[in-house]
Amino acid sequence: MKIVVCVKQVPDTKNGVVFNPDGTLNRGAMDKVMNPDDKAGLEVALRLKEANPGTEITVVTMGIPDADSVLREAFAMGADKGVLITDRVLGGADTWATSSTIAAGIRNLDYDLIVTGRQAIDGDTAQVGPQIAEHLGLPVISYAANVSVEGDSVVVDRQYDDRIHKLKVKMPALVTCLSETTEPRYMTPGGIFDAFDKEVTVWGRADLKDLDDGDIGLAGSPTKIAKASDKVRKGAGEKRADLDAAGACSYIFDKLKEKHVI
Amino acid sequence: MALEDYKGVFTFAEQVDHKLAGVALELIGKGKDLAADLGCEVTAVLLGSGITDLADTLAEYGADHVIVVDDPKLENYRTEPYAQALAGVINEFKPEIMLVGATAIGRDLGPTVSARVKTGLTADCTSLDIGQFPLNADPADAKQNQLLMTRPAFGGNTIATIACPDHRPQMATVRPGVMIKKDPEKGKKADVIDFKPDLSENNRYVEIIDIIKETKKTADIMAAKILVSGGRGVGSAENFKILEDLAEAIGGTVSCSRAVVDNGWKPKDLQVGQTGKTVRPNVYFAIGISGAIQHVAGMEESDIIIAINKDESAPIFDVADYGVVGDLNKIVPALTEAIKAELAK
Repeated sequence: MKIVVCVKQVPDTKNGVVFNPDGTLNRGAMDKVMNPDDKAGLEVALRLKEANPGTEITVVTMGIPDADSVLREAFAMGADKGVLITDRVLGGADTWATSSTIAAGIRNLDYDLIVTGRQAIDGDTAQVGPQIAEHLGLPVISYAANVSVEGDSVVVDRQYDDRIHKLKVKMPALVTCLSETTEPRYMTPGGIFDAFDKEVTVWGRADLKDLDDGDIGLAGSPTKIAKASDKVRKGAGEKRADLDAAGACSYIFDKLKEKHVI
Repeated sequence: MALEDYKGVFTFAEQVDHKLAGVALELIGKGKDLAADLGCEVTAVLLGSGITDLADTLAEYGADHVIVVDDPKLENYRTEPYAQALAGVINEFKPEIMLVGATAIGRDLGPTVSARVKTGLTADCTSLDIGQFPLNADPADAKQNQLLMTRPAFGGNTIATIACPDHRPQMATVRPGVMIKKDPEKGKKADVIDFKPDLSENNRYVEIIDIIKETKKTADIMAAKILVSGGRGVGSAENFKILEDLAEAIGGTVSCSRAVVDNGWKPKDLQVGQTGKTVRPNVYFAIGISGAIQHVAGMEESDIIIAINKDESAPIFDVADYGVVGDLNKIVPALTEAIKAELAK
């Protein structure tokens, strides 16, 4: 079986976000990590490989040349091949242009199953996975909590707010995975060592077939950013650090009365 | 076809098991405001099996028209055929704006349909307005009557306003609990259109082998007027008892932060925040919640925020209307008793 896993390198927001003076995000000043849902997707693929010997995992990413490092991390976890799609003309892409571009890259590969994360922590859109499936004419199962392969079909627990649908569909298919339900493995020391010897395939615009120039990069993006800014929050109200428990209690009580809550 | 030929605000009326999602009514409410600005009408798109009667509810909440696709294939949500149905509606009726709830269904249907009809989609919007694009251009040079879609990104750290100037429909998914539904007008009727799009089976149809419903007795925190929300500072699952007592005394509901869910103290459907639910109650008690940005993103629209925390520098105090620094184990039970005594008067 051949599995393609799509991963994205994202700024690590765990320790807050660094802004440029103009209010845009200073990506260069932040650590970069493999997007958590994508890492869960890679873990799903690695488990399928363990259960189905002979499986080959190709990890695909789109980004700046430095995004190579996210593929090295995937190698160290156990991925077999890596493809970096990088080209200046692809920059500034929204989800339509990104998914069009990645779908074109995947058309160069053999695959039975495509695995992506549900969403990336920088954009939080959850759009690129389903849209890749749409461009490739594949069935999509998003929010996948559990993935297994039965013969030529994939069986997935698809998570909703109050229920799970157990779904089955013939491959090729695309699933999007959740970090909440799959704990990714650590890189192995041997894997880390080997990761730097492995070759990454690098594709630019010219390597992507069946892709219209009108569907890539900033110009090919239907959505346009009108304004971006550091979020303006509601100002702080009163903070009382001078009250004992009884005082604090009556302070809150009085406010609730004043506002007719009680 | 010219962009000007796309008319009207369409909203996806999500239903599961013959029950309309709250966001379906919220979208109609917001759609009415947008339609008023544009001088057009609101059309709800209702997909399912045996659900035509729900059109009356949509009408009462403000839908001028309801397009119904009623087909056994649509009984349970599946990406395909729902995408066939919604894309079929868009291609036939050509709306200017298409709004979908940012639910576990809408966040799957929206991207699929937007790619199918080749338009832009802005995810998880928290604010929608009509205005010009670019924002600061001379009005003569700008495109007027554009949908301006505002959304948080980077876990709520940044906010961006997005337009879709050259493609139609302008599509957005909208976070549940953010838009306000209108008061229903009893007995109001809409113009109901029964539509039959092509739902031919293809390789993209998945088979539903089983549906496992999670039986849960937990409260709907998005509907609560008063939320008594606890964080890591509460200390243990058992100690949530003092919050439950306060909630009972004041007629509220208990909710929690992500740390509480991660510790297994409370189930995920009580979680407020970026990865949980967005709430806007009249009163939000943040008790032992530090106020990580991801949490604040889910509750900052609450009318009154009351914070109790022992850490004076906790960021929750930056958004609280009223904050007290102190021991929640002493303050919360005392407050419960005071409220009980007041209400017993």
